[in-house]
Amino acid sequence: MTAPSSAPATSGQLATFRLDGDLYGIEVEHVQEVLRSQQLTRVPLAPTAVAGLINLRGQVVTAIELRERLGRPPRPAGTDAVVIVVRLHGEAVSLLVDSIADVVDVDAADFEAPPDTLEGQARELIRGAYKLRGQLLLALDVHKAVSA
Amino acid sequence: MDGLDDIVEEFLVESHENLDQLDSDLVALEQDPNSRERLSSIFRTIHTIKGTSGFLAFNRLEEVTHVGENMLSRLRDGELDLTPTRTSVLLQMVDTVRALLASIEASGGEGAVEVGGVVAAITAAMDDTPAAVAPVIPAPREGAVDAPAEVVAQAAEAPAKPAAKAPAKKTAARKPAAPRATPAAAAVAVPAEELPEQASAVVPQPVVEEPAASVPVADPVDAEVPAAGADGQARRGVADSTIRVDVDLLDELMLLVGELVLTRNQIVQNVARQTDTDLIRASQRLNLIASELQEGVMKTRMQPIDHIWSKLPRVVRDLGLQLKKSIRLEMEGRETELDKTLLEAVKDPLTHLVRNSVDHGIETPEDRRKAGKPVEGVLTLRARHESGQVVVEVADDGAGIDPGKLGAKAVQRGLVTPDALTRMSPSDILQLIFLPGFSTAAAVTNVSGRGVGMDVVKTNIESIGGTIEVESDAGAGTVCRLRIPLTLAIVPALTVECAGDRYAIPQISLQELVSLDAEKAANAVEEVGGAQVYRLRGELLPLVRLTDVLGLTSERHDGHVVIAVLRSEGRRFGLVVDRVINTEEIVVKAVGGQMKAIGLYSGATVLGDGTVALILDVQALARRALRAETNERQDSQKAAAHAAAASETDRQRMLLAAIGGGRRVAIPLDTVTRLEQVRTDSVEKVGNREVVQYRGAILPMVRLDRHLGAYGETDREVLEVIVYSDHGRSVAIVVEEILDIVDGEAAVRSDIDDLGLLGSAVLGDKVTELLDVRAAILAADPAFYSTRPTTLTGPSTPQGVPAPLLEV
Repeated sequence: MTAPSSAPATSGQLATFRLDGDLYGIEVEHVQEVLRSQQLTRVPLAPTAVAGLINLRGQVVTAIELRERLGRPPRPAGTDAVVIVVRLHGEAVSLLVDSIADVVDVDAADFEAPPDTLEGQARELIRGAYKLRGQLLLALDVHKAVSA
Repeated sequence: MDGLDDIVEEFLVESHENLDQLDSDLVALEQDPNSRERLSSIFRTIHTIKGTSGFLAFNRLEEVTHVGENMLSRLRDGELDLTPTRTSVLLQMVDTVRALLASIEASGGEGAVEVGGVVAAITAAMDDTPAAVAPVIPAPREGAVDAPAEVVAQAAEAPAKPAAKAPAKKTAARKPAAPRATPAAAAVAVPAEELPEQASAVVPQPVVEEPAASVPVADPVDAEVPAAGADGQARRGVADSTIRVDVDLLDELMLLVGELVLTRNQIVQNVARQTDTDLIRASQRLNLIASELQEGVMKTRMQPIDHIWSKLPRVVRDLGLQLKKSIRLEMEGRETELDKTLLEAVKDPLTHLVRNSVDHGIETPEDRRKAGKPVEGVLTLRARHESGQVVVEVADDGAGIDPGKLGAKAVQRGLVTPDALTRMSPSDILQLIFLPGFSTAAAVTNVSGRGVGMDVVKTNIESIGGTIEVESDAGAGTVCRLRIPLTLAIVPALTVECAGDRYAIPQISLQELVSLDAEKAANAVEEVGGAQVYRLRGELLPLVRLTDVLGLTSERHDGHVVIAVLRSEGRRFGLVVDRVINTEEIVVKAVGGQMKAIGLYSGATVLGDGTVALILDVQALARRALRAETNERQDSQKAAAHAAAASETDRQRMLLAAIGGGRRVAIPLDTVTRLEQVRTDSVEKVGNREVVQYRGAILPMVRLDRHLGAYGETDREVLEVIVYSDHGRSVAIVVEEILDIVDGEAAVRSDIDDLGLLGSAVLGDKVTELLDVRAAILAADPAFYSTRPTTLTGPSTPQGVPAPLLEV
């Protein structure tokens, strides 16, 4: 088990969102804002995970399709993505997810390394899982996720 | 501040600032005489002024600061104690310095400000000898008489003050001599903050004691009152009219203005669809104000290019000496302004180019003598504004770059294959110097030639959105031309549409737009070995389809072709887009690392309607697209080069004219001066020759149909006339109809000819006769060439037609 050494179990708050039926979370301090679906300008020749560019009040922000990034099937037609704008090293990047959920307090005691069933691409991006009541919260390594 | 050069102005601003500090320092020092720190600070200030004034040849200023400095250094070293006397003379010195500065500011010179008294006073105070008392008196008086500016300087002071305080001052300076002198105790009572003013008061004060003094100063109180009144509207001095602003603040402002311009664009676009007149008017005002604001903020960041040029004469001189070359540096357009950030960014590349020119460009005196050039080489820097850009040229009259040598070197270094080299045009070969790891210097010197250089220059220039190209005439010199945007933040750009998305192309790379309808496009866009080209005024323009580069599918199916003619690294190519939308000013936004890595976009911007558009990196686009099509492109270039070599002329363009009877003739366009229409009834006869009055001269005519034995219609009211002029003589060649202008180089020629013809060729799908222009002209004016018969190269070569043109 190659435990994500760079991201040990931490307690704190995670902003959670849903993607293809699963619950994910990112550290709340990285989240700048959450937006309804935005007009995307596609970027030809960009990596497939780059969904395009959005205009965030005059600032141009890259949008990463998290479904693509995590190796999930494309979002069903007719459903709009929700945009989570994160700020990393002073630069804003946005993540496209299915829907936004609550901010959850997590306890390091509940943390476990990623389940072995996780495969491929996703395994790289997931630090581990917090065992919440009734479901698992997958902690996303946001730095890795945006470096598409 | 006319007549003051920048250095003096800077000196004044700085000195005024320093003096204000000095006043408060000195006063504070009196409270705390042992503060080394303050003494050192005062000493430094005076030292600086002294140094600069010596440098600027303000001798009196130097003299007075010198003696002040002496005293200060002794004070600092603890050799002297700071007594009130000494403080006073120091303050007096500060005032004299002020007076001198005021005079310099007003007249450019030190004027008549006298310094002897102050110098003596300081010297005396240093030695503690009261003997120097006497000279002190006249000195300040003269200062007051001769330097009215001094009075202004103290104008803020209440008129009554000097009278009250001055005695106190003098008590310190010398024995109380004034009749109205108040007890010395008054001096003690005066709060410390007022001391600086006191110091200035001492200057006019002695005047009161000497009523015999000249009129202007007879009553210092009166003199000061009007001065105080005038102070309000007095013109702002150098120090008051400028402020120092943090560049970061300006950057911030620039960003905000950029945002404002964007928002303005958005509003103006929306309002254009409204009908509310008030709203429209308001938006027009907003439009204007935003533009002016943008301009104003941009101006705050503008600096003349001289700021970086001023360091170059030294560079050239030192390098010249080191290399034993004699070089004169000339500068044109040194007042050309550009953004400070850009100026900083251009500094190093420019210095490098200059060093390069001195080192490699200009030859040694011996070589120059051998080449028959003046021994002194000339390096010329030129700067000018040109269509929203700043063009900076570094030109030398040196040996130039030999494309052959350069090419060989490139092959030797493995930068280009010999095969590819043979297919490159000379100007293409020149651009090879920008490849990494290239240096043309035969010997590596410590000046340049270490293989880092032009590629770095190029990278630096491109990183600020500029371009660089090099032109060279072997033997005659080299010109490096930089094109730099005026400012980084706001860029004029062309927006185009491609596959439903909009992209921005910086205007700096755009040369022109060509729009072809379906019918024309079918003919005009040709294929050379699979690559599309378009003949743009006779030159083959390689076409790059943006959809192909981006891997998209065009949404344009009507066959129209819209070509943006772009220039990159001295090469032209046509970018085929779906449609052109607009030109607008865009604010360049940085894009994330992933976008940059694609290498096609230099950034992104937000358009007027709020959508994001990618900004195409034209250089990268050219590199990518043209490299992919290298073979085809070079083939076409080879063909063009071949044609150029064969004709020795860039334009082998022919004017096609019908002469009746279905016959067409081609006339080399470069022999044609003008096309005119002449009314048949204005044709007159001189003997049996037809002439027409034209621009006050008599123009002999030849009817080409008759000349060539093809009889066309004769009953036309208006004659189509081709005017040919040379050396002040003109003839008119009458044709039936002007048909077209075509490019002659692709034509199939044959030597089937007839009287008055040189041959025939297929031009525009039809057999066309090539007119023997000389014969036709001689038919109209037998004396046409007789004025300079020696220049005739042969009977069959008409004047004005390059001989090679007539070869197959």
